[in-house]
Amino acid sequence: MAAIYSLYIINKSGGLIFYKDYGSAGRMDTNDSLRLASLWHSMHAISQQLSPVSGCMGIELLQADTFDLHCFQSLTGTKFFVVCEPGTPHMEGLLKHIYELYTDYVLKNPFYEMEMPIRCELFDVNLAQAVQKDRVALLGR
Amino acid sequence: MQFFGGSEISPSPPVPTASGNNAYMLYIFNRNGVCLLYREWNRPLKTLNSHQDHKLMFGLLFSLKSLTAKMDPTCVDKGNLGVPQLPGQGCSFHSFRTNTYKLSFMESPSGIKIILVTHPRTGDLRESLKYIYNLYVEYVVKNPLYSPGTPIR
Repeated sequence: MAAIYSLYIINKSGGLIFYKDYGSAGRMDTNDSLRLASLWHSMHAISQQLSPVSGCMGIELLQADTFDLHCFQSLTGTKFFVVCEPGTPHMEGLLKHIYELYTDYVLKNPFYEMEMPIRCELFDVNLAQAVQKDRVALLGR
Repeated sequence: MQFFGGSEISPSPPVPTASGNNAYMLYIFNRNGVCLLYREWNRPLKTLNSHQDHKLMFGLLFSLKSLTAKMDPTCVDKGNLGVPQLPGQGCSFHSFRTNTYKLSFMESPSGIKIILVTHPRTGDLRESLKYIYNLYVEYVVKNPLYSPGTPIR
């Protein structure tokens, strides 16, 4: 039973550059995932405008009835968000870890063009390991 | 926020927080996006005029509901993005948190949306929102001089 349902990475203009599904019943096709990512990017920006105090950095956690959505925004505007079961702990740590993997295996890859979809094998491999380790840790409680 | 006496209303009021006023703002919208009530207790930063602010808030919630319904990982058959959903149909979110505020949301089956913006470390406010909805039913809907769809006075 997966604690994480899916992972999305969007670039600073709101385009989806990475989408991985880890076992949700509602698996989405490419077009839908692209639309959802752009929608999330806009919602993130609007939520900053509606803040009653200054210094808002956008939505970090969205809680719904059947899932939680954790979002991490890097300083450059790249957003990493993960859809998981309600109440899954340590998602912020996982997102930061994924950000580290992104900087190591994607950004330092000389053939990777910025803002383009991610097609880096090492990134996929290490990401799968990180998620698997997280899943084992959660199930082995 | 001033709570009326609990004796006339069946659910008991939630325990008040020790620090008193925790909330920043409260909005109540009806099904069509008309803002029935807006209260603010603490809002240092005001970027838009109130009309635009209400429209932006309603639009944000409408789109977020549509996003959560589509993104629901447990539901197999979903409508396309942007299709208007009936209240209660599909998965809906109940709160989101940023680093400066937490927004709690509740939608009644009749489409009345109650939004409370509070400090980010506030706990689950669903019971409080239900209580506010009950107050709305008691004092607003049952008021014979109130016409639905107009702002609450």
